[in-house]
Amino acid sequence: MTGAAVLSARGLSVDLDGREVLRDVSLDIVPGEVLALVGPNGAGKSTLLSVLSGERTPSAGMVTLDNRDLASFTPLELARRRAVLTQENALSFPFRVIEVIQMGRSPWTRSAELAEDAAVVAASARAADVEHLAHRRFTELSGGERARVSLARVLAQQTGIVFLDEPTAALDLRHQEDVLRIARSLADEGRAVVMVVHDLSLAGAVADRVALLAKGSLVAVGPPTEVLTAEAVSEVYGLVVRVIDIDGRPHVVPSRS
Amino acid sequence: MRKLVLALVLAALLVGGTLASALLGQLPVSTADVVGSILRALFIPNPWAPDDEVVESALWFVRFPRIVMAVVVGAALATAGAVMQAIFGNPLAEPGVVGVSSGAALGAAIAISLGLSMFGDYAVAVLAFAGGLLATLLVYLVSRANGRTEVVTLLLTGIAVNAFGGAGLAFVLFATSTANREQIVFWQLGSLNGSLWREVAVVAVVAVIGVAAAILLGRRYDLLALGERNARHLGLDVERLRLVSIVIVALLTGVGVAFVGIISFVGLVVPHLVRMILGPRHRALILFSAFGGAVLMLIADLLARVVVSGAELPIGMLTSLVGGPFFFFLLWRQRRRSGGWA
Repeated sequence: MTGAAVLSARGLSVDLDGREVLRDVSLDIVPGEVLALVGPNGAGKSTLLSVLSGERTPSAGMVTLDNRDLASFTPLELARRRAVLTQENALSFPFRVIEVIQMGRSPWTRSAELAEDAAVVAASARAADVEHLAHRRFTELSGGERARVSLARVLAQQTGIVFLDEPTAALDLRHQEDVLRIARSLADEGRAVVMVVHDLSLAGAVADRVALLAKGSLVAVGPPTEVLTAEAVSEVYGLVVRVIDIDGRPHVVPSRS
Repeated sequence: MRKLVLALVLAALLVGGTLASALLGQLPVSTADVVGSILRALFIPNPWAPDDEVVESALWFVRFPRIVMAVVVGAALATAGAVMQAIFGNPLAEPGVVGVSSGAALGAAIAISLGLSMFGDYAVAVLAFAGGLLATLLVYLVSRANGRTEVVTLLLTGIAVNAFGGAGLAFVLFATSTANREQIVFWQLGSLNGSLWREVAVVAVVAVIGVAAAILLGRRYDLLALGERNARHLGLDVERLRLVSIVIVALLTGVGVAFVGIISFVGLVVPHLVRMILGPRHRALILFSAFGGAVLMLIADLLARVVVSGAELPIGMLTSLVGGPFFFFLLWRQRRRSGGWA
């Protein structure tokens, strides 16, 4: 751990239509760290992300941001503290890419940060590799391009906590690596990054800590090499896997023999 | 640059339309009369001002109120359309199409049949507003799913609300006295004829407030285009924005309907054309939609008066005549783009 937790979840449970989607999860989010949420489909990763980001109220338990109940924050206060990359990339009207990225600055309207807007927007576009798309219409872009523009918008929000819900899903190999690099550099700047990822090797490559979820419960949380063991992954996913160590990072491969 | 050109074109059309509308009519009036009379009203002495009492009163009691009414109602309806499209996240939302206008019409008809118009113009306007508000809330609650409104759901809801509004209106017509019935039927056709300054004042006040409020909310409407979740993550209080917007739509539509009758498609056609020219940013979109709506209504009223000589067409019919095919075009284009609707 690099420092004190900025966001703390204690005993989180979520019931959806009588089904327990999340059960007694406690987790700390620490600045300067990339935390990967992994687990099989339906394990509760996205639900946990939405509770941590303040979007969903837990049925039991509490999330605190700087020791203050997350539920007591106004939408604007939250927007200045955390950004969320969702998987929703639809846009109702054909805005240009640059305008969409500028929307990421909106929580800072009428604040001292306003003067930096243009520079922040440009830097965010560059980081997400969408500079060349700046004047295209968002609605004309491919799925992967849209995802990158959304990422640029989230970066432009410049918050201390960044939530990324499957940021690599629609991306090609190179842009997947870009996202990992961005997540890494956000953490190195002292921000807290929480990302949901499906690819365990990807999680192992970038995360400082991995949180493994199964059936709504937190199975293990810790450094990748400790959490992503062949036994744990095989058990949780119901699939025999091998874990190969490359440069101190675990790579998870299904056993296909 | 585009904004400047559009502003100049609209301004030219507005001035030209106003002049043409002031000149037209049974009583011959010259351009000099119009210009002179306006200048005199602005306390600028000039040699062109008409000396004839008849010309002066024709201008100030018949033609000018009508022109201003066209301008403010057009601005109100176009703005209502732009706001509605923003909060429904759907470019086909429009007060007339989804039934807000018929809700407002039902409210106004009830006010007339109960004889509330004796209590002044505001009584009709207030009930029209209430009817429009109920209809908007209904459509809003029924047709939304996950913060977006699918085209099919929206239109089907519109059919239901329109049918209900129409049935209510029919019942009011059936139950009320013959005199009231005539008044309702005449008003329902939609006409700017016989606009009075005190009515114009009511609509103008509401239109100015509504348009100004909508422009102030413009940036928030931009965020809403990202979808409800993303907008909320950017700090937007989505529910509050939607409720405020629904009140704005109901107010703008309500006053328009109360004094001029049901005029459809202005709120659909104008924001679409502006969006094509200027792009979707809502501040400019709303401002120019208000401007464009004013011009469209002015020109539509002009046409309503000259197309058939000696008679006047209902203006609501004229806008629907243009708006209907435009609506078909939009449906066709959306369908071709997205291959139909889920």
